[in-house]
Amino acid sequence: MPISESDIEKIAQLAHLEITDDERRMFAPQMAEIVTYVEQLNEIETSAVEPALGGLTPEGERTESSRADETQESLGQKIALDQAPDPAAGHFRVPKVLS
Amino acid sequence: MTTIAEITEKLTRGETSARTEVEAALNAAEKLNDELNAFLEIDRAGALKRADAIDQKRGSGPLNGIPVAIKDNICVRGMQTSCGSHILGPYKPPYNATAIDRLLDAGAVIIGKTNCDEFAMGSSNENSAFGPVKNPWDTSRVPGGSSGGSAAAVAAGIVPAALGSDTGGSVRQPASLCGVIGVKPTYGRVSRYGLVAFGSSLDQIGVFAQTATDAATVMQAIAGRDPHDATTAQVPVANYIGETEKDIAGLRIGVSRTLLGEGLDKEVRDTIEKAIDAYRELGAEIVDIELPHAKYAIAVYYIIATAEASSNLARYDGVRYGFRAEEAPALREMYRKTRDEGFGPEVKRRIMLGTYVLSAGYYDAYYLKAQKVRMLIRNDFAAAFAKCDAVLTPTSPSPAFRFGEKVDDPLAMYLNDIYTVTANLAGIPGISVPCGLSAEGLPIGVQLLGPYWSEGLLFRLAHAYQQAHPLNARPKVHT
Repeated sequence: MPISESDIEKIAQLAHLEITDDERRMFAPQMAEIVTYVEQLNEIETSAVEPALGGLTPEGERTESSRADETQESLGQKIALDQAPDPAAGHFRVPKVLS
Repeated sequence: MTTIAEITEKLTRGETSARTEVEAALNAAEKLNDELNAFLEIDRAGALKRADAIDQKRGSGPLNGIPVAIKDNICVRGMQTSCGSHILGPYKPPYNATAIDRLLDAGAVIIGKTNCDEFAMGSSNENSAFGPVKNPWDTSRVPGGSSGGSAAAVAAGIVPAALGSDTGGSVRQPASLCGVIGVKPTYGRVSRYGLVAFGSSLDQIGVFAQTATDAATVMQAIAGRDPHDATTAQVPVANYIGETEKDIAGLRIGVSRTLLGEGLDKEVRDTIEKAIDAYRELGAEIVDIELPHAKYAIAVYYIIATAEASSNLARYDGVRYGFRAEEAPALREMYRKTRDEGFGPEVKRRIMLGTYVLSAGYYDAYYLKAQKVRMLIRNDFAAAFAKCDAVLTPTSPSPAFRFGEKVDDPLAMYLNDIYTVTANLAGIPGISVPCGLSAEGLPIGVQLLGPYWSEGLLFRLAHAYQQAHPLNARPKVHT
């Protein structure tokens, strides 16, 4: 399934990346090569195999990880806004959403 | 090279102070940074203040007064955390990673943050936005990656121990290229709270040190269940030091002859064969095993890791912290410009790959398929561990390569991880032990992989090897 430069454009849109023409020309063949490489997985019969989603060990799966539904300390607005590029009136201000 | 054990001994006897040790580390870090570029930030004032406080308090934590370095993708409150990227701008975390809190509770002194590949993506530390780290054994060569700075800092003797992170080999591979011990624990052994996420089902914080005993001491301090990280397991932490010093006679070490065949540098193969002989001489039994799906591991890894990365790195959007691109008329453009200007090429490549394999119509073909082959790789190891106590492989297919050799061929770069990614996919622990030098004087490491929760066994095997075959060589650049 070769990856074309227009595929790169679509993917970049999905990933919220603005890439230049030069970058697109560089990335397309590199990504095509990588995708071809990973397609070797199609050689393997896996219809009866469960996916190993999440990476947890059996002990990890058995570990109870919920907590009591009680409020705990949180970061707080002051710290949360402390390093914001454009804090305003207790909010994160951003450029307008709709053009 | 001073070890934790040596420093602790001298401190106990009153022959040194935390201040003396920390000051020596700070001086070395500063003096060698032009040559190595291992540190992105050195905190002289903070480290000395803390060292003085430790000398006053005369505590007895297992890492009391020990200077350590931390990879710059692990959050330390109030210290800049860049993850080797421009996109975080001047960001200083308002909290400590759990592993950091535990190091501090044990008495350690953090002297600085180390350089790394951007967002831990790389095998050579050439993807850092702040310049590459140089290998202390030959500064025209890479230290490995992504935790190149931490590996170099320990290899050069600046600090006796450092933390890194390992998603596909990013602690073990640079440890091998820099001639030090590098260990990745079992998935869920060490908390990922405060480790900037790359591949959440693969990431673990790991440890660099000169000796297995030192590495065990640090791992002991940071391991254990953490309510802040739901993926940590409720499994008691063994007495690693106690385990480390046990004899290894009678232990069974599994070797896959196939893995020692394909594409392996002849010098690496010969050195690994000598290591196998050494283990035999130490009383271990060498057993033939196979890992039939290991050859697919890179393909599996670069689907799963990139998919998870594309999700984890979506948060870098210029809204709440870090860099924000200027002159963006609307929100969408701000996201795109911020991410285009803030991320380097490797990060973009991986985000795009990940986005592609997760996109509608491709999820089953790539991501789901990869997770199924991942299960087969896990099963391979389970079968192997029925026949042996640990599996032995090379850590890296070659010693340190020169800068620029692989940057234009991403796939060639990915293939450096061929022996290390399996452990992250299977969730098992792994350690790299320095076991020789190439004809050009470059370190070669042997890797040991064990079942879940067998870190003690890995330290034990590493220690036995180091006692019998110390490296007895120093890098060109050292303190």
